[in-house]
Amino acid sequence: MTLTTPAKAPAGEGPRRTLGLRADVRNLSLLGVLAVLVLVGGLTRPAEFLATSNLQLVLTQASVIGVVTVGMTFVITSGGIDLSVGAIVALASVWATTLATQEFGFAGILFTAVAVGVGCGLVNGVLVAYGGMVPFIATLAMLASARGLALQITDGRTQIVTVPSVLDLGVPDAYVLGIPPLVLVFAAVTAAGWLLLNRTTFGRRTIAVGGNPEAARLAGIDVRRQRLFLYLLSGLCCGIAAFLLVVLAGSGQNTNGNLYELDAIAAAIIGGTLLSGGRGTIVGSVLGVLVFTTITNIFALNNLQSDVQQIAKGAIIVAAVLVQRRTARDS
Amino acid sequence: MPQEERPQDHPPLLTMSGITKSFPGVRALDGVDLEVAPGEVHCLLGQNGAGKSTLIKVLAGAHQPDDGHITWNGEPVRLRSPSAAVRLGIATIYQELDLVEGLTVAENVHLGHEPTTAGFVRTRAARATTAALLKRLGHPEIDPARRVGELSAAQRQIVSMARALSHDVRLIVMDEPSAALDPDEVANLFRIVDDLTTDGVAVVYISHRLEEIRRIGDRVTVLKDGRAVARGLPAATTPTRDVVALMTGRDVPYVFPERPAVPPSGAPVLHAQGLARKGEFEALDLELRPGEIVGLAGLVGSGRSEILETVYGARKPTAGRVLVDGRPLRPGSVPAAVAAGLGLAPEERKAQGLLLLESVTRNVSVSSLARFSRAGWIDRATEHDTARTATRALSLRPDLPDAPVRTLSGGNQQKAVLARWLLRGCRVLLLDEPTRGVDVGARAELYAVIRRLADEGLAVLLVSSEVPEVLGLADRVLVLREGRVVHQAPARDLDEHRVLDLVMEGSPAA
Repeated sequence: MTLTTPAKAPAGEGPRRTLGLRADVRNLSLLGVLAVLVLVGGLTRPAEFLATSNLQLVLTQASVIGVVTVGMTFVITSGGIDLSVGAIVALASVWATTLATQEFGFAGILFTAVAVGVGCGLVNGVLVAYGGMVPFIATLAMLASARGLALQITDGRTQIVTVPSVLDLGVPDAYVLGIPPLVLVFAAVTAAGWLLLNRTTFGRRTIAVGGNPEAARLAGIDVRRQRLFLYLLSGLCCGIAAFLLVVLAGSGQNTNGNLYELDAIAAAIIGGTLLSGGRGTIVGSVLGVLVFTTITNIFALNNLQSDVQQIAKGAIIVAAVLVQRRTARDS
Repeated sequence: MPQEERPQDHPPLLTMSGITKSFPGVRALDGVDLEVAPGEVHCLLGQNGAGKSTLIKVLAGAHQPDDGHITWNGEPVRLRSPSAAVRLGIATIYQELDLVEGLTVAENVHLGHEPTTAGFVRTRAARATTAALLKRLGHPEIDPARRVGELSAAQRQIVSMARALSHDVRLIVMDEPSAALDPDEVANLFRIVDDLTTDGVAVVYISHRLEEIRRIGDRVTVLKDGRAVARGLPAATTPTRDVVALMTGRDVPYVFPERPAVPPSGAPVLHAQGLARKGEFEALDLELRPGEIVGLAGLVGSGRSEILETVYGARKPTAGRVLVDGRPLRPGSVPAAVAAGLGLAPEERKAQGLLLLESVTRNVSVSSLARFSRAGWIDRATEHDTARTATRALSLRPDLPDAPVRTLSGGNQQKAVLARWLLRGCRVLLLDEPTRGVDVGARAELYAVIRRLADEGLAVLLVSSEVPEVLGLADRVLVLREGRVVHQAPARDLDEHRVLDLVMEGSPAA
């Protein structure tokens, strides 16, 4: 027996309009935290914090880790984890800034950054999906190897970018209506990520694989291929982030992307993505990134040390997860 | 069983009155009363969604009621947590067993109350008491030092029971304890229940099998739509049709739909040729025609589920092949099987079939996403409406496409799985225990649905532990014993007795 698709959807019978917004509502608490932070920043350092240049800086800093977090959100939603993102960013940024690569100019740097990211993601994906390795272990191995390779390439030296068209992207002259190009890239990646997760078969399969891998397999989903693509996607995001970082710093260093894995995981989790998989929110992840970046900025403006920042971050992670657990129980 | 001596006019051990519990969108319990006397077997009957599971979770302290009172031994109590219930002497054996597979039998039995000296677990003492409990339960052969992961389903059930008895227990709740058991194991279960009640322990017994309730029950409480529609009926003397009528609001017990007058002919849609998996089942030849329902009868462990999963590509055969419309399927590939028009309703619905966090719609559409999408882009309005057409065709209730699938009753969850394949336009449906945990009323409905799908041209391969179900529903039956087909015949030429003989003995009784 087959069912025919109804010719047209009867009025009012479509998917509930609130469905797409449900995740956003859950993020209200995170928006509240962000509002409080802006208030704190505005009160403690009114002149500096609310200056356009400072807001541009915050968003620019959020862009690099934000792009990484979008990829991480997909991996976590599928029930996996990618510990290698920071190391991939480092490797991609140094490979993209070697003298040999820089000879090919803008395109060479962009292509290399993305290709290295995708390549590392491919290795992760094959190991996890077809090698049967636990994601934690496979990506931990990638973390170690990619960092090592990055150090080997640079020999510990900072590789200065001499390609003007790349550096030009980071200067205020390149801003579009006051928005830095890096932030535009971040916005585009976020929008693409949201659509991919919420509106496509790829996103639906990601959620299914994370929610119940065995049921997904028996429903006819190619779980292994899906997993492969998810780590590829995370690698791609790392490659894009590496390019943004090269633009931002004007150089490539093997210490780039240090502890990005922790920041990205933390941002995704406080955003509302389930670490056990099966539920993920891109909007939440981006809010999580903005919260962390804003804290860093406020602390820096107030000349507070990074150790205090770290403590505050830890407290926020705990508080956000506690609040979400409560709201999740009520819903 | 000394029926007359049952102390039913003793003060009750447990009284639950006016228990109310609502979940978002569902009123699961609507003022339920339950009274249990010491030493009685009190049976709880009701269709799926009637509120049995919620009621026993309230009793176990796992759910807090919105309203109502609980009295234990004459004292009003509140069961704030599972451990509060255990302290009073209430033990619950859930249908989905909650054992830790990586721990040993003894460690599971004493989980949470290990015998210790200065913080060190006294392993030998724990094993000794566990061995004593297992002996009391009639299973001295289970080694307390074995890991639970190595045990069979029936043995795990015994371990669960040993765990319940390791506390000082006054009341044991058993949720469908016989569902995973073979007939002789059920007999042992009944013996255990008898022993317990002789010691004055009360048992709340949940089962869909009326004949079991008749054998061991003292009194019956029937739930329907979150209310107790009958309380304290005598289990042995209340006519079956009365009980069924109370549960369903109808008086027909399960009825199997009519078979078509003309047996299906035509080219087989599915053809298994010498299909085998080493250690699981031997070379199997099977043809399945459109419109035909073929049943596989056999005990747990006879290779029934393994055959289904191998046909479906979820397991890779060690020999033989599967043809669909004469074309061989890629072995060991579920996507290939699904693309060729196969669909599986797996044995463990929650663990293998459903995306529990997701809505009904998304559970139904998950195998047909390509159909609602262009270049990977999902048309959600079409998805929603088509999924709803499928769920309505199967009368899935409640008719709320956005409700999380975990809030549905077992029978309706099964319908969600069937709707998934209906929507996919599948041509061969593989059903593994389609009515496990589904009550009498909903069963008849599922049977009718399955027969209707067959009448519309689907080929169905059915596995069930319940012989009457296979005989009543299938056109043709293959009897399995230890991975081998021992007999094959039209269902109308077999009866339950003969199939059981074949299953037990491997040869037809004279």
